[in-house]
Amino acid sequence: MHFEYKVQGGDFARAGLASSQVKKVLKQLNVDAKLIKRVVVAMYEAEVNVVAHAYQGTINVDIDTERIVMAFSDHGPGIPDIPLAMQRGYSTASPVVREMGFGAGMGLPNIQSNADEFKITSVVGKGTNLEIIVYLNVPQE
Amino acid sequence: MIVADIVKALNLEVLSGAKGLQREVTSGYTSDLLSDVMGFADAGAAWVTLQTHKNVMAVASLKELGAIILVKGFKPEPDTIEQSDEEEIPILGTELSAFEITGKLYNMLQQE
Repeated sequence: MHFEYKVQGGDFARAGLASSQVKKVLKQLNVDAKLIKRVVVAMYEAEVNVVAHAYQGTINVDIDTERIVMAFSDHGPGIPDIPLAMQRGYSTASPVVREMGFGAGMGLPNIQSNADEFKITSVVGKGTNLEIIVYLNVPQE
Repeated sequence: MIVADIVKALNLEVLSGAKGLQREVTSGYTSDLLSDVMGFADAGAAWVTLQTHKNVMAVASLKELGAIILVKGFKPEPDTIEQSDEEEIPILGTELSAFEITGKLYNMLQQE
């Protein structure tokens, strides 16, 4: 199954829409509730990152019997120092975004801790690519 | 307990999502950081916050929270109310601070 979603930078009113739709699909597929939770947390954080930091982005979601792959590709400022961005508490979010309760430097660490595989690459001035994989046949604790 | 029990016991105002008053509440979480709630709140939690914008509903819906409690007289924005009604996840209001209402809610949940 393949789904594609467009995300517009700054459009907080629609942030979470793609995550919500993927959640519905996984529920219909009777995926383990704990796995759905992990997918939803990772996907929502990544979606919000595109809205908060990029100009626009695309999310490609592929679901098969083995796994769900969520690929985020954005046009944006990119991330100059990925290890720094991965540190809990580090954020470059604007004051407005922070006032909304985002930009606490928890997003990327939250994504990583909920993903089975997590790949991030970025080119400054061009954009960021993030791939999150969650395996669907692994029994959850 | 259900949301309606909390409304009654803590004298909360139902600001939206009244159709969800029968939802189960099994825990509580107090935070104004959406990623914190996203990462660490449990399904069925009553979420105490001062954030009023629509994204709180996205988080509440994705995490299947029991209810949202807005502190210090804060009121939800119109599109937040709309989504709360649609999703049937109640938003409740109190004049109390997050500290005070959290303490009361904690005691209530401990007595379960």
